[in-house]
Amino acid sequence: MTSRIRYADVQVGTPIPEQTFVLKRVDLLRYCGGCSDFTATHWNERVAKAVGLPDVIAHGTLIIAEAVRIVSDWVGDPGAVVEYSVSRFAHPVVVPDDDVGAQLRVSGRVEQKLDAECVVARLSVHCGGREVVAGARAVVRLA
Amino acid sequence: MVLNRNFTGRSHGPTPVYEVSREKIRDYAIATGDLHPAYLDPAVARQLGYRDVIAPPSFAVMLFFRFGGWPLYDPEFGKKKDPVCVHRAQRATHQRPIVAGDRLVQTTFVNEVVERGEHEQWTMTHTITTPEGEPVCVVVNTIVSRGTAHEPGSTAS
Repeated sequence: MTSRIRYADVQVGTPIPEQTFVLKRVDLLRYCGGCSDFTATHWNERVAKAVGLPDVIAHGTLIIAEAVRIVSDWVGDPGAVVEYSVSRFAHPVVVPDDDVGAQLRVSGRVEQKLDAECVVARLSVHCGGREVVAGARAVVRLA
Repeated sequence: MVLNRNFTGRSHGPTPVYEVSREKIRDYAIATGDLHPAYLDPAVARQLGYRDVIAPPSFAVMLFFRFGGWPLYDPEFGKKKDPVCVHRAQRATHQRPIVAGDRLVQTTFVNEVVERGEHEQWTMTHTITTPEGEPVCVVVNTIVSRGTAHEPGSTAS
């Protein structure tokens, strides 16, 4: 593991560069194929609405992938991410059938410094003006 | 209440071997829109100290999807297709990154099956190792069965 961020150079509160990710219907279809989860609520509007959702929703695992990405981009080595967790998918990320899609805005900051050169990053994921994930954290090993 | 509480404490696995290929990692990386070169280019991965391309941290769920996340598909458990189940929580802890060429197996343990308001939920711990037993990753998933807490067949809210 070769993080380009040094443990000595970060403090509690150090920000992690924010990124915005756009998810359109085709991205959900691609992720269905990529991860082999074809649950109909991720691609079929009729089924999504029949079970009480406003429309097709993104996979929770895809939201996690995007959230953790700001940490792996920050340190430069995805293998330095040793743990991630989400305590609750608070609101479904609805992906409309249009050319705009859903905008996921992910930000983060260092929440805690652990022993062994690891830090805990607290992550925030917003979509449509509200937080869609509660308790998102990643543990990353720094240089 | 449709979920079988007797599943608490049950385990399943180890599964058949999941072979991690460079091309599957590439497909998964493209599917998440994350084109970090360590996922795609063995030379970059080696510079970072790995023997081959590594998988994104979230790739570990591939084994959950590949092997059906037992007991999702065990009829005795009682999971209903409609109303649907949704993901509530997840934690993944890596002993090391997953690398192309890895041969992995998964063992799933049901931690608990509980009621939560009108819903039911259950938590599974998936332990991913090599067939020789080298620890690679532990994934904990909590899944919610919407609206099934009180009456079998009740509709989702």
